[in-house]
Amino acid sequence: MKIFGLIAVLVVGALLLSATSDFPDWRDKDSPANESPVSSFYIEKTEKLTKVPNMVTAVLADYRSYDTMFETVVIFIAGIGIIAVLRNFDGPNSSSIKRENNDEGGGLLARFTCSLILPFIQIFALYVVAHGHHSPGGGFQGGVMLGASYILAALAFGLSKAKDIFSERRTMIFAAVGIFIYVGWGVLCLLFGKEFLNYEALDPILPGDAKMARSHSMLIVEIGVAFTVTAIMFSMYSNLSTRGRLSKGL
Amino acid sequence: MDPIIATFIEENIVPNFNYWIYVILMMIGLYAMITKNNLIKKLIGMAIFQTAIILFYVSVGVKDAANIPIISHHGSEHHQMTDLSSETDSTKEIHNTIDKDKYANPLPHVLMLTAIVVGVSTLGLALAISQKIYKSFGTLEEDEILNKLRPGGHD
Repeated sequence: MKIFGLIAVLVVGALLLSATSDFPDWRDKDSPANESPVSSFYIEKTEKLTKVPNMVTAVLADYRSYDTMFETVVIFIAGIGIIAVLRNFDGPNSSSIKRENNDEGGGLLARFTCSLILPFIQIFALYVVAHGHHSPGGGFQGGVMLGASYILAALAFGLSKAKDIFSERRTMIFAAVGIFIYVGWGVLCLLFGKEFLNYEALDPILPGDAKMARSHSMLIVEIGVAFTVTAIMFSMYSNLSTRGRLSKGL
Repeated sequence: MDPIIATFIEENIVPNFNYWIYVILMMIGLYAMITKNNLIKKLIGMAIFQTAIILFYVSVGVKDAANIPIISHHGSEHHQMTDLSSETDSTKEIHNTIDKDKYANPLPHVLMLTAIVVGVSTLGLALAISQKIYKSFGTLEEDEILNKLRPGGHD
């Protein structure tokens, strides 16, 4: 069995490697991918049309916003799927049984250090979300950081303590609110008489001109993404680490 | 070293180094997915496979002497932030044309950003399912699970 697998893998690898001789060299600025009109348009026109210097965010949240919207929905569905597969409501509920504080979480040093650095992690995550269209960052990255800060809180202080801050109910509400912000922003564009997710339609209600409306809309949309990603990250961790019981963390 | 091998490395591997790395990583991942018996090891193989594809895409967007795809304002960010109302300033400063060879290709970055996110969510769901499998079968080895699923097998 193993030898057949090895042969198949080697055949696939040899085929792929024989194809690489026709590929453009690494760092070639005239390769088809780098010379294509789509990439050139994004590089040359993005800042003129949207006033967003970070092209990656502009393409993600504006030009390919349908893609990102359903991306967020994929994350939401994955979180729902984990709950559907794993969530176990039979065990002792964390709210009914009052747990003593010392049986989970890290030691004194871990608790103290985490209480010192957690605020900075969260502020930096919010900065990455809010400044994502001017510097490296965006909703996904900042959302993951914010979710990781709650996971760190769960590791250091125990899951029940983290659940007091970010309960399961609140997690799912946050995830749904994120998608609601994103889709609602698109529907708002429809109500203003342009296409779905055509942010220029929102010029009347946002400060600045139509281009600034696109820039501001990207921020709103990224905030929606960050809500969903944060909530689903924490939901994934708390379900996976407790086998769906949500009662006792690692 | 043998001169034939040396010239082969010089002419084929060095200019296409990124492709070689991606193919090798992909082979490792594919081998793990095909031959490994443990479901978690299969998932690790899947993650390696995904990483290979992400590496391939990102390496395609690299340009020589290019910067990250974020347009720098050369100290005029402050200008941009404050002139929400006056449009004359901002239109003046964007007049300078943008050289597209100075910035890396943003499109592969965007595509891979979404691919990473999908990878994380599929990995999380797969881990949840394997936890459930472990709960009902008591094992994560594929052949033992198949044995138990067979009509003659116990459980």
